[in-house]
Amino acid sequence: MIEEKYEFTSGAKKTLFITIAVGIVFTIIGLLMVGSGGHHEEAGHGDGHAIEQHNVSGDSDSSVVLTASGDTEGHAEAGGHHGPAVWVKRLITNLWINNIYFVGLALIGVFFFTLQYATQAGWSAGVVRIPLAFGNWLPIAAVLMAVVFVVAWLSHSLFHWMDASLFDPLSANFDPIVAGKSWYLNKVFYIARFIVFFGGWYFFFKKVAKIAYEEDITGGVEKWKQIRKWSAGFLVFFAVSSSMSAWDWVMSIDVHWFSTMFGWYVFASWWVSGLALITFIVVLLKDKGYLSVVNQNHIHDLGKFVFAFSVFWTYIWFSQFLLIYYAHIPEETIYFVDRWKSDHYAPVFFINLILNFFLPFLLLMTRDSKRHSRILKVVCPIILLGHWVDFYLMITPGTLQNDGGFGLLEIGLLAIYAGSFLFVVLSNLAKKPLVANNHPMLQESLNHHI
Amino acid sequence: MEGDKNFVLGIYDDEDVLLKAISKVRGAGLKIHEVYSPFPVHGIDDVLGYKRSRLSVVAFLFGLLGTSLALTMQIGMLGIDWPMIIGGKDHIAIPDFIPVTFELTVLLASFGMVGTFMIISNLKPWAKPRIFDLRITDDKHVVAVDLAKNDLSEEQIKGLFSESGASEVNNKDFE
Repeated sequence: MIEEKYEFTSGAKKTLFITIAVGIVFTIIGLLMVGSGGHHEEAGHGDGHAIEQHNVSGDSDSSVVLTASGDTEGHAEAGGHHGPAVWVKRLITNLWINNIYFVGLALIGVFFFTLQYATQAGWSAGVVRIPLAFGNWLPIAAVLMAVVFVVAWLSHSLFHWMDASLFDPLSANFDPIVAGKSWYLNKVFYIARFIVFFGGWYFFFKKVAKIAYEEDITGGVEKWKQIRKWSAGFLVFFAVSSSMSAWDWVMSIDVHWFSTMFGWYVFASWWVSGLALITFIVVLLKDKGYLSVVNQNHIHDLGKFVFAFSVFWTYIWFSQFLLIYYAHIPEETIYFVDRWKSDHYAPVFFINLILNFFLPFLLLMTRDSKRHSRILKVVCPIILLGHWVDFYLMITPGTLQNDGGFGLLEIGLLAIYAGSFLFVVLSNLAKKPLVANNHPMLQESLNHHI
Repeated sequence: MEGDKNFVLGIYDDEDVLLKAISKVRGAGLKIHEVYSPFPVHGIDDVLGYKRSRLSVVAFLFGLLGTSLALTMQIGMLGIDWPMIIGGKDHIAIPDFIPVTFELTVLLASFGMVGTFMIISNLKPWAKPRIFDLRITDDKHVVAVDLAKNDLSEEQIKGLFSESGASEVNNKDFE
């Protein structure tokens, strides 16, 4: 077997640098646009929150709110602190969306890799190196998230629960609901969890990657068995940490609200976007003449994964939605009132379903569409964009309320993150052999036929 | 099925030999009635020149029938015939109807697919199976050729089988 190595060409690097540069320009223009047009930012407050009992928007300047609309009893917050400018909040919110989204992709890379080993899968032996390379984003993501978290903390722009006065029974801001969660949602425990999550993920990623690259030199089944052992450990850790990180990083933005489906919901979103990215990269590499070990049967399997988990995401999304919709309890329905019944986010609510369910479901239904790269090259980007929109919809309504928007700022930051993520992944992919030549199941994978 | 009574059977021990033999005898112009094997042989539909089954289209259509049936039933019953307020929602609240719609879609798609498969495969309970060779449930692969539907002579067919590695070549006649 010929050793195959991916070459990260200067052309590809140039494309990514241009993407990042355009992203930076867009971000700056976007910020200037938001900054100059943001003086009326508070005017729209209240209509989406009229029936909300508790004040979710910690930033609301009560005088402005009361002049904006008369039906906001819930916002009668005396002497609330002044929130940061809209452009700051919007910048932080978008940084946070991209952080969550791309850390998810990196994590799913490691998850996919370890899952293949833990389940002793043979078919995927030729492609496992690609998801493994995603994991290299993890340390960068940790730094980025930590920085954004600190900035969000200092500027009070992301998490309402970080306001200490909510926990103080003597304060006028005292919020018994948030205070009841203080054993979990306090800064020390939160930061400790943050460190444990990233530390654990990075540890397992480094461990399996090290053994996998050793296997290229030594061969034999011993390394495979070691990876399998560590993979099982990672899966247990991931099962808990993926759910908990979803509560910490996403659900705690809407701090009064909770859903027991939420960990699964975020995982499903990460998982299907990760699968779409793996498939997309495999298909593109195949087009460039790489991955001779991959044939239509492997593409078909990846396509089935993307199709199946698009439906899985929908199932989880709907399970969360229907129970809340049917039970009709105000403190639960507020989450969907803010999204579905808000003029601001209702279009996004439906775009989310179209991009992540209807299009993949209909486009990938036939066998041929999963076996040929043409349709996959359309559907995978749709899903990748769709799940960015999904995270946008999870995070933005809780932080920006009616100040949220979609413009150059959002596109620019997404371009910066996507360009950087792909740069890290591809440059690391180029450092090691593209195919695990000594994988004990490579022969099985070559003969894979469905 | 009427009329096909006299068959020549090529019996093979190994599926790799079988696959090569099928390509070879088909290349020589032989029309194969059916191949029987004790286990699924990968790639056999390709060498037999079978077109892809359209069973998935049937499944889709039955699924679509299930979806429309479920929606029609629920909208008709709960929305029009006897309007009901459930959970303070509209009479016709689509999200409430999704679980039943999903279930009926899956039910009709699977029943329709299984039923269609049984009909096209002649798997009715009272069908009398024709056993070409008892060993097809054990360790032999059998290629059955209908003499009436081939222009080649019996001798030529038997020659083709032996040349392509058949361990036995037999005749099989049905009443």
